[in-house]
Amino acid sequence: MLSIKNLHAKIEDNQILNGLNLEVKAGEVHAIMGPNGSGKSTLASVLAGREEFEVTEGTVDYLGKNLLELAPEERAREGVFLAFQYPVEIPGVSTINFMKTAVNQVREGRGQAPLDAVSFLSLMKEKMKLVEIDQSLLNRSLNEGFSGGEKKRNEIFQMAMLEPKLAILDETDSGLDIDALRIVANGVNKLRDKNKAIIVVTHYQRLLEYIVPDFVHVLYKGKIVKSGTKDLALELEAKGYDWIKDEVAVV
Amino acid sequence: MSKDNQVLEELTSKEYEHGWTSNIEMESAPKGLNEDIVRFISAKKNEPEWLLEWRLKAYRHWLTMKEPTWPNVSYPKINYQDVIYYAAPKQKAKVNSLDEVDPELLKTFEKLGISLTEQKRLTGIAVDAVLDSVSVATTFKEKLGELGIIFCSFSEAVKEHPELIKKYLGSVVPMNDNYFAALNSAVFSDGSFCYIPKGVRCPMELSTYFRINAANTGQFERTLIVADEGSYVSYLEGCTAPQRDENQLHAAVVEIYAMKNAQVKYSTVQNWYPGDKEGKGGIYNFVTKRALCFGDHSKVSWTQVETGSSITWKYPSCVLKGDYSSGEFYSVAVTNNYQQADTGTKMIHIGKNTKSRIVSKGISAGHSQNSYRGQVHIMKRAEGARNFSQCDSLLMGDKCGAHTFPYIDVENNSAKVEHEATTSKIGEDQIFYCLQRGIDEESAVALIVNGYAKEVLNQLPMEFAVEAQKLLALTLEGSVG
Repeated sequence: MLSIKNLHAKIEDNQILNGLNLEVKAGEVHAIMGPNGSGKSTLASVLAGREEFEVTEGTVDYLGKNLLELAPEERAREGVFLAFQYPVEIPGVSTINFMKTAVNQVREGRGQAPLDAVSFLSLMKEKMKLVEIDQSLLNRSLNEGFSGGEKKRNEIFQMAMLEPKLAILDETDSGLDIDALRIVANGVNKLRDKNKAIIVVTHYQRLLEYIVPDFVHVLYKGKIVKSGTKDLALELEAKGYDWIKDEVAVV
Repeated sequence: MSKDNQVLEELTSKEYEHGWTSNIEMESAPKGLNEDIVRFISAKKNEPEWLLEWRLKAYRHWLTMKEPTWPNVSYPKINYQDVIYYAAPKQKAKVNSLDEVDPELLKTFEKLGISLTEQKRLTGIAVDAVLDSVSVATTFKEKLGELGIIFCSFSEAVKEHPELIKKYLGSVVPMNDNYFAALNSAVFSDGSFCYIPKGVRCPMELSTYFRINAANTGQFERTLIVADEGSYVSYLEGCTAPQRDENQLHAAVVEIYAMKNAQVKYSTVQNWYPGDKEGKGGIYNFVTKRALCFGDHSKVSWTQVETGSSITWKYPSCVLKGDYSSGEFYSVAVTNNYQQADTGTKMIHIGKNTKSRIVSKGISAGHSQNSYRGQVHIMKRAEGARNFSQCDSLLMGDKCGAHTFPYIDVENNSAKVEHEATTSKIGEDQIFYCLQRGIDEESAVALIVNGYAKEVLNQLPMEFAVEAQKLLALTLEGSVG
């Protein structure tokens, strides 16, 4: 589904990704871990198409398309979803209104007719259950005055609504208490299926207890330096990142 | 600069045929202003002697006044002797069907959601469109007549209801009120008059669109609304379609007189030609709008969506004379390119327990300057008066400016006055968030801006609000990124 080869990217004059390679197949869940500043969020941003990041080398193939050539909204319509680490607030725009615009533009991009109000509401009701989100929250201005947990749950709700093929969760666990974490993770797990791939970007192993990955990769200095199964995450949790840094230094 | 902005400019610089009635044949007055011109205008309109005297008095007073320099706008000095104060409407080439109209213009209409009939009317496809609107207007007028509501052009009112005009003209905005009001009083061309009798609730929105003989009176328009005891009316002014006028100088006056328990809701969408990308050629819009809440428990609410004009100078105000009377001002003012707006309101609390509420949302883009200027004055006897003001500014890009000038003057210790102000920038983060959800940039800006202005847009009558939303989006297209 996603094939990243030798990806280099920079922001202003800071080179952040230095030849990253990653293969993700449908149905798989990949966790990207790594110390601060290793390029995890940059990877998420580059995949979503944030303009501030310049790709200087490498290719990203997504379902047979050159992802890097697509505008951010086109990527979204092709099924790429980013759950933001810091979801922005949009005052005066309710989540419902926001989602209605998004769902219908995505549908339009996929050549489907827009949903009428009734179908939209029933879709919404169905997805609300999935992430245990209350309608009163969705009536409020998007993310305005939301708690950390509410914001993240709202991200997963949006993911459920847009039914992406490739979802990237950027530190979705940050700022969550254990109950919120469980609810968010349950939501994500319900959305897992054999046609979808998920990339989970995280600092901690904690989230991976709930969203169990098929593969774990360690990102360091803009490159994947080690890959393994979920056991690698446990090892990192126990030993920290220093031994990886040492390993890389030796090589 | 986006393509659509260019389209807007192109279309607004086309000859705009809006409502000229074909049966009036008039010659123009020569350039310049003197007593003879005032007499000429009055004579052309067959006005009674007292109205001519009133105009002359205004003119003589105007001569002693100075153009105000305090607004935060700059424009080349206006040569008032270089203006034509009375011009014959010109006949323009007729178009036979929409197929002959510039497709770009039609695209803009479509974006604004303007109906086919309206499109025909605006592009000057005269025949059935005019017939259509006349028949609608006639039915409309009959209905209002049954209720005793008077709604007609100002000139018609001078002839048909001289006693009302004589009594209320200048009762809220005196002829010598300010420089531009005095000018208007001397040379006003036409406008609307509306009277709602005691206890009558006007069953529909009154819109100048439905007024028969609504000739192009944009330049020096005069509107007078009188709401008798216990009456209610919702009045709409302007339209979302871009409006072009050959006259650069506009000075309108709107007076609202509300008696005991009367309620008036006045909504405006102003979309005069804003000038080209460099700001050349746009309309200078100097407007005096004021309501007198004369009776106890009367209420006047101003809602305005200002997107046009190169210079806007406008402060719809409420004089709260009656006890328990209340005034509201809801405003969205958008400036783009080189537009300059200095707009706001005045709430003058005279009566006891008077209330006022101000919600102002400024949006600046391009190289524009957008100022809110508002005065809240609580007079000595205004026991228990309350005011709440909220003034927000939204900036798009880094070459525009937003300014707030609140004046608060409290002479009674029991008054409660609250003022809140915020300035924010439309964020690339917000746009990117929308893009990532599959929403294109144009819709993203529309969504964010409409969210920001929601509190004001909610005050507009439903249909108007939908059009206004689209207008905001269109005005700001291409201002981000």
